[in-house]
Amino acid sequence: MTTDTHTRMSDEQLEKFGEEMDAIRQRVIADLGEADASYIRGIVKKQRQLEVAGRALMYLPPAWPLAVASLSVSKILDNMEIGHNVMHGQYDWMGDPGLNSRMYEWDNVCPSSQWKYSHNYIHHTFTNVLGKDRDIGYGILRMDEDQKWHPYYLGNPVYAFLLMVFFEWGVAMHDLEVENLVAGKRSISENKALHAGIMKKVKKQALKDYLLFPALTGPLFPLTLAGNATANLVRNVWAFNIIFCGHFPAGVATFSEEECEDESRGHWYYRQLLGSANISGSKLLHLMSGNLSHQIEHHLFPDIPARRYPEIAEEVREICERYGIAYNTGPLHRQLGSVAKKICKMALPTRRSRATDPGTVVDHKLAA
Amino acid sequence: MTPLVQRVLSSKLLGALTSPHGVDRYLEQINPMWAATEVRAQVVEVVRETSGEHPVATVRLQPTTTWRGHRAGQYVQVGVEVPGARRTTRCFSISSAESGPGEEFTITVRAHAEGLVSKFLVHDAEPGLTVHLSQAEGAFTLSESPATPTNNRLLYITGGSGITPAMSHLRTLLRDGYDGRANRKVTFVHYARSPQDQIFAEELQRIAWADNDVSVHLRYGDDVFTEAALGRLVPDFRATDTWACGPAPMMDLVREAYGDSPRLRTEFFKLSTRPAGTESAEGDVTFARDGSTAANTGESLLEQAEARGLTPEFGCRMGICFSCVSRKTEGTVRNVLTGEESSLPDEEVRICVSAPVGDCVVDL
Ligand SMILES: Cc1cc2nc3c(=O)[nH]c(=O)nc-3n(C[C@H](O)[C@H](O)[C@H](O)COP(=O)(O)OP(=O)(O)OC[C@H]3O[C@@H](n4cnc5c(N)ncnc54)[C@H](O)[C@@H]3O)c2cc1C
Ligand code: FES
Repeated sequence: MTTDTHTRMSDEQLEKFGEEMDAIRQRVIADLGEADASYIRGIVKKQRQLEVAGRALMYLPPAWPLAVASLSVSKILDNMEIGHNVMHGQYDWMGDPGLNSRMYEWDNVCPSSQWKYSHNYIHHTFTNVLGKDRDIGYGILRMDEDQKWHPYYLGNPVYAFLLMVFFEWGVAMHDLEVENLVAGKRSISENKALHAGIMKKVKKQALKDYLLFPALTGPLFPLTLAGNATANLVRNVWAFNIIFCGHFPAGVATFSEEECEDESRGHWYYRQLLGSANISGSKLLHLMSGNLSHQIEHHLFPDIPARRYPEIAEEVREICERYGIAYNTGPLHRQLGSVAKKICKMALPTRRSRATDPGTVVDHKLAA
Repeated sequence: MTPLVQRVLSSKLLGALTSPHGVDRYLEQINPMWAATEVRAQVVEVVRETSGEHPVATVRLQPTTTWRGHRAGQYVQVGVEVPGARRTTRCFSISSAESGPGEEFTITVRAHAEGLVSKFLVHDAEPGLTVHLSQAEGAFTLSESPATPTNNRLLYITGGSGITPAMSHLRTLLRDGYDGRANRKVTFVHYARSPQDQIFAEELQRIAWADNDVSVHLRYGDDVFTEAALGRLVPDFRATDTWACGPAPMMDLVREAYGDSPRLRTEFFKLSTRPAGTESAEGDVTFARDGSTAANTGESLLEQAEARGLTPEFGCRMGICFSCVSRKTEGTVRNVLTGEESSLPDEEVRICVSAPVGDCVVDL
């Protein structure tokens, strides 16, 4: 642990805690049905309408800002409330191939199959485990004191800014593990198949956004091209900010590999909870963030439809209070400020003495 | 939709513009009957064929223009959204005469007591309901064209709802033959529980009375299939092109009667072959996600999973629809239809037709 402000839980407490979480999960899963189906279908319909409207409004130069706004919102909905959540398998129970994690492909240069591996498997399994979860700094940034400092990290804020602007590309390149290539831990040949997959997707995305749709507007080509690029940029910036607020505000814990060896179900939930942070705000914020504003609930129950997170959150909070576990939440501006501060702080070597024992979260002595 | 519109809709350009979702994901938002590649249909009418304990209904479907038509005897996978918003897919033989591209067709469904899809189609389906379809599939088809009269005799032996694919044959022959005749000798034998359970009763009566080359023989209750009775109707039945479809006990008797005659074609609605070697099953079967391990019973992985209280997704339960595909991470499985064994690690298998051979781990 990087911080030892968290409550220690005995193995027994962890077990009880895990059972309470399991109970929530079972109850919600048993209750899934029409309401969830019509919700996600409604969102898909809105997203398609906004997309078509955005593409059509490009023909009206005075409406350019509106066109970009439409397309941006469409891409955000597609990637977050629909894509991210569908690819987690949240709607697999419906049996609808259009909303199935195995088949869904999102409007983004990262191929869904690769994203599912790095996100659903690596990030969600090893959430905030240093050396395992490659979402900690995406292999580019230093986001934790326990990541060894190097003069390279002086550029932390600059890299973060670039990652924000080119976020979809960053996500697509994520699986290539460039940092491991540089460090010689990975060979180029391991990337060949991934590379082909990414290129295929990139070509398709670039073809429609940067060639076909602009060409279809004839003389307005440059304007449409700029509009489409702006929409992609808006989505990149928004997604980056929401996602960084989910794991990097102050108070979010990271874990060592040893702590997580043979971990119990209770500890798994506990780690997910401490490794995530929520954003408080309006319904619109929750929708536009794909309910990742409920990052805590998402990490506890990644395969439950996201529209259920607000209702689940109330119970989770109550449970946290009873166990004395910190529940990290705050409005967007505060979480963003906290993340920005961390990015800058981590650019410099850690001043705090590392001699003190950082301690572990779970105190096994209490268990006896 | 006109062929031109269809061409435009399935064009490469439209595909590229609607990437990665595809044209159909946009069209369906406007009208469920518009499609570029997917096949859907709207229920036009539902007609009760029989009432009683296991009622039967014929569902008339108007498919999208993407429907390529069917050959008599083929079946189609029908996906319906049952209550609880879960799309569930089952196979149904098409009961109407051969259809052309985009043409209406019918399926005839018996409601099983606890049957999810069959009960829904018989009791709850209403005109206007949208269902999801595959293209027509299956090889239980007519081996000759009705376009030319022949002296080749055709024989149908069906039981219960197994009458449906044979009915499609019969209707096609009568529709596409000449002067309302099949233009070859047709013997149509059907076994039903009782006259009240007789599907297509009126139409069969009319066919029986008309001068059309078809002789209809309806048998009820204890008057079950016997080789001797068939021999009296069609003495050289083993050398006659025969199509048989019905419940497992009837099918077992028919197969026995025909021996190794290549003239018998069969269709099954349900897997009837008990996996061989059920008694000599060895090893342990582990369902990894469930975390349970138990002794291999020799049954299919699907049945073993269900016996342990799991509810894996399934459709046809006989290797047709791929709804049940799961990842086998370790071990060997045998395809119960072909007997073929495979032991590749991390292999996608249809658990409804795969039985473990020794230790086996499946991601369920
Ligand atoms: C190629 C093919 C063609 C078919 N054509 C027709 C057709 O024309 N008309 C028709 O009515 N059905 C047909 N069927 C059967 C149909 O696909 C379903 O299996 C059947 O309707 C039951 O589905 P369900 O969802 O209602 O029942 P489920 O919910 O799947 O099952 C409920 C219970 O019924 C039992 N059951 C399931 N299927 C059968 C069966 N076939 N016979 C007896 N018990 C069963 C199950 O063991 C279970 O206990 C065909 C099947 C195949 C594979
Ligand atoms: S259930 Fe159809 S292939 Fe297994």
